[in-house]
Amino acid sequence: MSEYIIKNGHVFDPVQGIKGDKKDIAIKDGKIVDKVGSGAKVIDAAGKTVMAGAVEIHAHIAGPKVNLGRIYRPEDKLFSCTPTKGMERMGGGASIPTTFKTGYEYAKMGYTTAMEAAMPPLFSRHVHEEIRDTPIIDEGAFPVFGNNWFVLEYLKNREIENAAAYIAWLLRVTKGYAVKVVNPGGTEAWAWGLNCLSVNDPVPYFDITPAEIVKGLIEANEYLGLPHSMHIHPNNLGNPGCYETTLDTMRLAEGFKAKNTFGREQVLHLTHTQFHSYKGTNWGDFESGAKEVTDYVNKNKNITIDTGNVTLDETTTMTADGPFEHHLTGLNHLKWANVDVELETAAGVVPYIYSPNISVCAIQWAIGLEIPLMMKDPMRCYITTDHPNAGPFTRYPRVFKWLMSEKARNTLIDSFKHKGKVLSQTSIGSLDREISLYELAQMTRAGPAKSLGLSAVCGGLKPGMDADVAVYNFNPDKPVANPDDIETAFSRCAAVFKSGVQVVSNGDIVSNGHKRTLWVDVKVKENAQVARDISEKFVKYYSMTQNNYEALGHHFVPNPFALEVDATQV
Amino acid sequence: MTKTITDVICPFCGTLCDDLEVVVSDDGKQLLEVYNACVIGTEKFLHSQAKDRVTRPRMHQEDGSWKEVSYDEAVEYTAQMLAKAKKPLMFGWSSTNCEAQSVGNEIAEISKACCDNTAATCHGTTLIAVQDIGLPSCTLGEIKNRADRVIFWGCNPAHAHPRHMSRYSIFPRGFFTGKGQMSRKLIVVDPRCTDTAKMADMHLQVEQGRDYELLDALRVALKGEWLPDVVAGIPAEKIREAADTLKSGRFGIIFFGMGVTQSLSKNHNIDGAIALTKDLNEHTKFSIMPMRGHYNVTGSGEVFAWQFGFPFSVDLTRGFPRYNPGDTSTIDLLTRGELDAMFTIGSDPGAHFPISAVKPIANLPSVCVDPHLTPTTGVSKLHVPVAFNGVETGGNCYRMDNVPIDCRKVVEPPEGMLTDEQFLIKVRDRLKQLKGVA
Amino acid sequence: METVTITMKNLPTLYLEADTISPDAFAGKTAAQIAELPAFEGNVPTTLGAYFTVSGSAGATAAETKIVVKGDVTKVKYLGFKMTAGELVIEGSTDLYVGAWMTGGKILAKGDVAAFAALAMKGGELTVEGNAGNYLGAAYRGDWRGMSGGKIVVKGNAGSDIGMYMTGGEITVGGDVDVHALTHAEGGKLVVKGNAKSKLGGQMVEGTIIVFGSIEVMMPGFKPNGEVELEVEGTKAKFAHFIGDTGERHKKKKGVVQYGNLYKKI
Repeated sequence: MSEYIIKNGHVFDPVQGIKGDKKDIAIKDGKIVDKVGSGAKVIDAAGKTVMAGAVEIHAHIAGPKVNLGRIYRPEDKLFSCTPTKGMERMGGGASIPTTFKTGYEYAKMGYTTAMEAAMPPLFSRHVHEEIRDTPIIDEGAFPVFGNNWFVLEYLKNREIENAAAYIAWLLRVTKGYAVKVVNPGGTEAWAWGLNCLSVNDPVPYFDITPAEIVKGLIEANEYLGLPHSMHIHPNNLGNPGCYETTLDTMRLAEGFKAKNTFGREQVLHLTHTQFHSYKGTNWGDFESGAKEVTDYVNKNKNITIDTGNVTLDETTTMTADGPFEHHLTGLNHLKWANVDVELETAAGVVPYIYSPNISVCAIQWAIGLEIPLMMKDPMRCYITTDHPNAGPFTRYPRVFKWLMSEKARNTLIDSFKHKGKVLSQTSIGSLDREISLYELAQMTRAGPAKSLGLSAVCGGLKPGMDADVAVYNFNPDKPVANPDDIETAFSRCAAVFKSGVQVVSNGDIVSNGHKRTLWVDVKVKENAQVARDISEKFVKYYSMTQNNYEALGHHFVPNPFALEVDATQV
Repeated sequence: MTKTITDVICPFCGTLCDDLEVVVSDDGKQLLEVYNACVIGTEKFLHSQAKDRVTRPRMHQEDGSWKEVSYDEAVEYTAQMLAKAKKPLMFGWSSTNCEAQSVGNEIAEISKACCDNTAATCHGTTLIAVQDIGLPSCTLGEIKNRADRVIFWGCNPAHAHPRHMSRYSIFPRGFFTGKGQMSRKLIVVDPRCTDTAKMADMHLQVEQGRDYELLDALRVALKGEWLPDVVAGIPAEKIREAADTLKSGRFGIIFFGMGVTQSLSKNHNIDGAIALTKDLNEHTKFSIMPMRGHYNVTGSGEVFAWQFGFPFSVDLTRGFPRYNPGDTSTIDLLTRGELDAMFTIGSDPGAHFPISAVKPIANLPSVCVDPHLTPTTGVSKLHVPVAFNGVETGGNCYRMDNVPIDCRKVVEPPEGMLTDEQFLIKVRDRLKQLKGVA
Repeated sequence: METVTITMKNLPTLYLEADTISPDAFAGKTAAQIAELPAFEGNVPTTLGAYFTVSGSAGATAAETKIVVKGDVTKVKYLGFKMTAGELVIEGSTDLYVGAWMTGGKILAKGDVAAFAALAMKGGELTVEGNAGNYLGAAYRGDWRGMSGGKIVVKGNAGSDIGMYMTGGEITVGGDVDVHALTHAEGGKLVVKGNAKSKLGGQMVEGTIIVFGSIEVMMPGFKPNGEVELEVEGTKAKFAHFIGDTGERHKKKKGVVQYGNLYKKI
């Protein structure tokens, strides 16, 4: 059955500028087409909302630290596992779902593409095994570069071409998607128990600053013309006053222009912005820096951001910002896991409870909403929870509810024990904006796809694009009786298509489809220097041989989809 | 003529050396020589060439003799056994690859079984401790490049992980450790004078069963608090000296093994060691790492965890995953008489379990998948020999520091032998038919 | 108070998971309906009626329901699982998870109970006339929130790992306890009328342990702190006082460090 017609739905597609018109969407052989024959299967979308499949730009869903989180939190699965049912395999995990459950839960909410936010290159085989075992959704993974010894040495010497050649090699051998930077320099410092808390704080021994690392990686990224921009988790995450470091980081992008053939316009993507928008000097006078940060992003159009919304749940934090996790366990005394990765990066994991009755958590919640409400261009601001750090991705429908209904926000604020402090330390009380469905489509589909360089592939319903379609039981013509209806409607789709295969019907999984692993294949000129540096470091410093590091056979990536980049003519 | 295969991964212990070179005949059917492996690893490869290998499944007869059966008959027996059982256990998994482990998980889910790996009698207690208190750790290359304080607590790598010290922990000249062994101080904690202890700068001969007290004393010493004169047979001054040595380094690592994971306090010993590591991070950089035994027990834990949510002792009998060692763990299931079928693969419980846990296997419908003749195959009803994983078939494995390395096939298995993945796929497909599952 | 009596008539071949034997599950039901409640023997779904005869009828609510369990229940797990109110009397010895995750009500176990009894207890009472196994009143694996309320009384001996990660409530053991009692405790109270083995109060942050008998080996993290006179459950005596675990982290209240307190009768 390869022909479908989704009839009479209210379509929201920013790629074509469709703002709720009743339109039929035709699917044939995996793509959106102009029309199909009379034999096409009809999906009745009357009174429903139709959008392209959503695109998750940043979540921690596959890899060693995710699995370390699963291993060390049996209590995350106590009494909450889901049984084997029909074609769904069993699963569990409230904040760190198992891989089968991850795929099903995303699909049921209408998400069809997801990016694993941080892949330690030495562990690429693990990341890809988990991606392979996550059904339905297309996935890619971002290798981390900001603390990598090769990168630190090349950029210290301003050798952009060599850094670019190394990036191309690493993306190929790990089948990675983009240049991810986490706590630049600070995580290498953490290998000695130290950190870099500002952009000018030099890395021990390597003697390069985070500013130099960030600038160098932006240059290298544009030199290559990659589909996505440098994607950064800045220094000083989570500390009161950190908004200054965030501004310093974003200023490093000034003057750079995006160079690529994928439609991307930004040179820097700032991730989980909520965690980087804190003013104040300590947890007592802690207040929101959302205005300062969004003012800057509003003015500087070569930047995109994602929100990192706090959902007020018990969850698990996990990040390559190793020193931050050590700091967090010092605050809440909960079990701390850490893995330093030779020559490359680190990771830390600590459980966290965002209680609505703790003023700091409630303020964090407010900041997470202020950011998208203050952002003028929804095509440059995407909804995430930095899953699972600020909350599980299964809470996205709740975040949508808060964004789309001022009443829902106010009801929650009224219930806060420290309501007064939340209102005085943030401006959430004065923001009456309600995100429209069209803006929601920009923030969860068209925007992230464009930022990732996937605007020709997904995030929209234009003929020729992949047939990734989500149909929601939400009637835009009817006034919303209860804001909770928004959350319900976006939790379970009436229908979801992935690459033209119906994968969800009435909230149930009906097919696993043929998920793909998205990666970026960059051709560069031969670079003998870099080739020699690589082989030398394997002989001397790595604990694995180069041939084994490069081994990523078919059984790891059974259905690859490569975005080709030719950087040989630069 | 011969050919040399390089970058071969040794499928024996958790050190997972990946620099072996194996010389095979040109037709790929004979394995001739092994370079760079330790004695144990070399034998792992060479013994696959034994002329008297069992190459076909065999069923245990009433009179105690064995009768050869076909793989298809073996598949049928296994699938029927799992389909009928009310509470089967699928145990082992540590000497096979992740691809086979994954098929095993499918089978366990369809048959609503319990599944467990060798961590149940090994580092399962480590995993329990990690669940209670966390795990500050690192990859082995970090030790090679940075570590100047190395502790072997309750383990004897000179015998159990022979190349560990030369590849990672004591001898290598890494980026920041150019003086090799001279850059490092070694402390060994062991009631015995082992070959590893003989190399130590400091050997703490802890009283048996008192590691937990000694770990507590080290934490107390770090905080500068009062100590009794002697703890665990070690004088307080020596404990304070040890604490100072640890604190004064710039990157330390505690490696530990069965001496603490399977002696009196079990998980509490590891919990205490992790707590000590965490405390040391207030003074300098410190990590801790379990010396995993089987070359892919770590992998089994990883695959169980990403598919079911728990790293060992997983109970799927209710159709969803549950976990609680003491209830869902293999020794308890066997000794309490909870099971009505036993499937063993990639491990030898007959050799390693208490006899009270081995006897029930002899009385149950039981299958053992193993290239060798072992005490486990000896008590099972059906023995299914398969190709040697990591020698005659490849597949992904996880090292003791959780780093994944894809093992290589270097030589053909004997004619007509299946790999365990192939056997398991047949069992899965037959089981699906029996259960009427798509 | 209405009473339901269930009597084992048909021993399970393996073990029976009977998590529906609680006042909460029985409330508002007749004997016939109770017999239909689900249970599991391995992976086979079954009913309580396949193993027990059921007589009497339940109260309208859990609080008004009493259950008496007769016969050989040594292979029955989860009696009193998650109960919130009412009463449960177990005439003989039984298996794992008695009163696990209970938040209220009263359980009287006249025989022995095996491991994991009163796991993560939040309230109510568990009285064991025989011996208790390991992990009595402990936290579930990985959870730092263990027993937080309620009262456990064991007339006989208790096993190892009792009260792990305890934050509140009380456990009294008439006989001896095995190793690792109150590890990682952050509150709560343990009274041991008999002897304690080693590893007592290891990694304790806060809480109280009172031992009438001997302690085989003291944890080095317990510092001698003089002697006190205490009245414990009707007995007045002199106790040696120790504070600890000094190797562990401790909070400060008004500038004073809050240690765990260990008292050993002199």
